[in-house]
Amino acid sequence: MDKIKTILHKEWAEVFKNRMVLFATIFLPLMMTALPLIILYATAGAETGDFTSQMPKQFREFCPEGLTGGECFQYYIVSQFMIMFMMIPLIIPVNIAAYSVVGEKTTRSLEPLLATPITTAELLTGKNLAATIPAVIATWIGFAIFAVGAAIIAKSQALLGALLDPMWLLAIFLVGPLLAVLSVNFSLMVSSRVNDPRVAEQLSSVVILPLLALFVGQISGFILLSRSLVLIMAAVLLVIDLGLIYLSVQLFERETILTRWK
Amino acid sequence: MIQTENLTKQFKTTLAVDRLTLQVQEGEVFGFLGPNGAGKTTTVRMLTSLIGPTSGKAIVNGFEVGKQDTDIRRSVGILTETPGMYDNLSAQFNLEIYASLYEVKDPKGQIEKYLRMLGLWDRRNDEAGTFSKGMKQKLAIARSLLHEPRLLFLDEPTAALDPEGARLVRDFIEELRKQGRTIFLCTHNLDEADRLCDRIGVFKSRLLVVDAPARLRSQLFGRKVVFHLHAPAPGLAQTAQALPFVQEARLVDNKLLVTLEDPDLHNPEIIRALVGAGAEIQFVGELRRSLEDVYLQLVKAA
Repeated sequence: MDKIKTILHKEWAEVFKNRMVLFATIFLPLMMTALPLIILYATAGAETGDFTSQMPKQFREFCPEGLTGGECFQYYIVSQFMIMFMMIPLIIPVNIAAYSVVGEKTTRSLEPLLATPITTAELLTGKNLAATIPAVIATWIGFAIFAVGAAIIAKSQALLGALLDPMWLLAIFLVGPLLAVLSVNFSLMVSSRVNDPRVAEQLSSVVILPLLALFVGQISGFILLSRSLVLIMAAVLLVIDLGLIYLSVQLFERETILTRWK
Repeated sequence: MIQTENLTKQFKTTLAVDRLTLQVQEGEVFGFLGPNGAGKTTTVRMLTSLIGPTSGKAIVNGFEVGKQDTDIRRSVGILTETPGMYDNLSAQFNLEIYASLYEVKDPKGQIEKYLRMLGLWDRRNDEAGTFSKGMKQKLAIARSLLHEPRLLFLDEPTAALDPEGARLVRDFIEELRKQGRTIFLCTHNLDEADRLCDRIGVFKSRLLVVDAPARLRSQLFGRKVVFHLHAPAPGLAQTAQALPFVQEARLVDNKLLVTLEDPDLHNPEIIRALVGAGAEIQFVGELRRSLEDVYLQLVKAA
């Protein structure tokens, strides 16, 4: 446990000394938080009366009960951007995890590190946590700020209730960490196998594609995010995460990493 | 301390280490010499359990490579070819990381001890990236000693250092030898090996020879004694050559070069014979072959 803590402290001390990484870790959640709040504020004036009865049936189904037509419109627009919150735990760890092994290769610090009595599991757990924890905390803080902002901006309890629906709480507090674990382990796997930090970052970015597909699917109406869909996502992610953790440990071959690197 | 038996490492089509059989005793400074790409680093990596052998066996500090790897890593110190410090962390933090990973009981005390010993204590809060190559190398040496290993692997410890830095590191290795630590020293610097090592092994994928530097010189080239003479009489070389223990005798200008098996034993006798033949001996010296000659002869022959 002490060795995991040591790796965790070492990674954070290294990563957060880099101002660009620190900036990215803070800026991204702030932007993702600000966007839905700005939209919520900007669309508050759109409510000019109750036109619920004039709305298409499919659109009415999307709206939680008790919302006026204008609030439904607000909820619809803001919901699209809420998915952005789920991008935070995917994107932030890529910065940290993709560099974490290949970075040690380029600075030649990996060999003395691997020469210590640390096990592969301890090393990877430390590196995993170092990338996952900031991403999850940033996501949760971002959502907390959004919740406070929404409470101030939303004109009705019904709208606020819809925005802070348990589905979103599940998405942020359950799916968020699972997405972070997915992103970290995928990036670590890539980082273990490549010899160039730029390649590691480029390849690791691929991990956001499924969520982008979800975003496009929701905007185009093909997918409707619901509590059951979020729970299914969580279950699928859990299985994928376990598989990725296993794979990242298996692919971290000390010998290959040391002897391939020139 | 180290015992290997037919230790072999094959990378796909490259045979990096071929049936290495070797013993390094406790308290010995063992020099491992060889050209670039000879497999020295691969050998060190196998002996420190960083990579596994393809076949053969190695016991390090009583632990078997491939079976007790964590025990081996815990019990040895290694100075890798490049220092590999975390450049944007302070010298002290760098050592704190390793003290924790090696489970050092008194990390603060050990860190202070070695930083002071290597003259880096005043720079402990500076980032390692601001250090010169020599200072980084010293920091890496401190890192390898934090857990007080009795066996130390040093891979090219003075490579890329200026003469002053190299001298400092060599002096420190000398100090470690006095403390009775066993040192496995990979080096290209033959003068360094000659000065520091009790025995050397010349290696080029396989072990070509192992012995004390002086004995290797003597075995390969014999030992040459030079007699500086005042107006040498002709026939002196034949007088010397007639002695049973003389391998070769040549007169060059005012010098008589004599190759002997054991000058310490035979010098008095040959001096008596030469004086008896009328030679006026001004002084006697030994013509030493450098370790470089030994090394080049062995590597070329391989």
